Amino acid sequence: MAFDNAYEALTEDAGGLGDRWAHGTGFQDALSGVDDTVPAGVDLTAAARHVLGLADDALVMAHRLSEWCTHAPELEEEVALANIALDLLGQARSLLARAAQLDPGLRPAGVPGHVPDEDALAFFRAAEDYRNVRLVEAPHGDFGHLVARLLVFSTWRLALLDRLSGSRDPVVAAVAAKAVPEVAYHRDHAAGWAVRLGDGTDESHRRVAEGLAEVWPLVEELFATTDAERTAVADGTGVDPATTRAEFADVLSRVCDQATLDPPGMDDRGAGDAPAVPRGRTGQHTAALRDLLAEMQSVARAHPEGRW
Amino acid sequence: MTVPSPELDRARAAAGAVVDPELPMLTLVDLGVLRSVEIEPPTRVVVTVTPTYSGCPALVEMRADLVAALHRAGFPDVDIRTALAPPWSSDWITPEGRAALREHGIAPPGPAPRRGRGPVPLRLDPPPAARCPRCDSPDTDQLAAFGATACRALRRCRGCGEPFEQVREL
Repeated sequence: MAFDNAYEALTEDAGGLGDRWAHGTGFQDALSGVDDTVPAGVDLTAAARHVLGLADDALVMAHRLSEWCTHAPELEEEVALANIALDLLGQARSLLARAAQLDPGLRPAGVPGHVPDEDALAFFRAAEDYRNVRLVEAPHGDFGHLVARLLVFSTWRLALLDRLSGSRDPVVAAVAAKAVPEVAYHRDHAAGWAVRLGDGTDESHRRVAEGLAEVWPLVEELFATTDAERTAVADGTGVDPATTRAEFADVLSRVCDQATLDPPGMDDRGAGDAPAVPRGRTGQHTAALRDLLAEMQSVARAHPEGRW
Repeated sequence: MTVPSPELDRARAAAGAVVDPELPMLTLVDLGVLRSVEIEPPTRVVVTVTPTYSGCPALVEMRADLVAALHRAGFPDVDIRTALAPPWSSDWITPEGRAALREHGIAPPGPAPRRGRGPVPLRLDPPPAARCPRCDSPDTDQLAAFGATACRALRRCRGCGEPFEQVREL
């Protein structure tokens, strides 16, 4: 239907679905109307924990990316980072909702009943209950650091999602299959910047090389397998992150080659972090996550009965 | 399955006339997000839609618009379902939709990338050129891979010098 102006469209009777997005409560459950059958014979606690980690990676990375609004070097880049953040937020919403469906015990106690599961998990969990890898929570450096982090994160996530599109969990499989081409855009965007900066001026080369060196100690953790992941793999719903290592190394080395960057040795990953053990996935976080959540959760926690 | 009926035709026509909130020159049918309209006896209209991008905020709007349109058409009982699989592809934009985009100064997407076996290929080269929707010149550059909405990229025409948007291949 056509409207003469945007306000007319916003004030139209939405037919029982609540008010419109500009001033309404109309956020539907992220999985509203999606086939959410739970496959038989699955350890639900482990499956939920696995999904929660993937959701938290996307949520925290989306928040870090959104912090770049008004800080990126050019307007087009702000728009790009906001778009990437939005894609990740969409993945996070569906995966958080799915995690709570698989294991309702994940929902924090005491959250008002009208708060959807995805919001309860995003806004009412403490840092130690988050299961994201530490790579996504690290505080911002400069744009070179951002490019390095986005390249590492999206290369890894793309490899994970591609494998998860064969999950026995129909929701995880569908969310992953949908996300693969999106995250491929994210990775190629970051790779393009890595080449532009690396093969650019001495200064831009130095910045992106330093960015890569800064994120590298957090890379080994990406390939560490948790108990929940092991169980989810055995049940056919999950993917072992260790299986993404070769693809990750290949992509990084090709990007670094074009970017005239020295790829950090794959054997040097996690220097100072050995023996490689799961960190963020088991709730061990840096103080940066607490600070990030304090801001991200402040409105929801100040107004737990609020509706918007 | 639904038996063809005048009621079903009317429901399909009502749902099929709803336009995309961010690309209002396209109906949801043109965009390829309206997957099916069926009637579950006796009177429930079941509409299945699919989001373009995972985070597409317009999906809430589409649902509300579909419900409102079907209510206006005399169907009080409406159920909007979301299908995530198979994922939406820009290849699903209809020929009519592509023509409408071009007419409104937005270049339609080229064919979505195909992949064979193995990892998703890394793409370091610029994406394939799109023709300028104003002067039809093939000499255009991509300015930004991400535009005003998740589904659009920003390009520039070297022929007429004008910038334009393109719906991205997905």
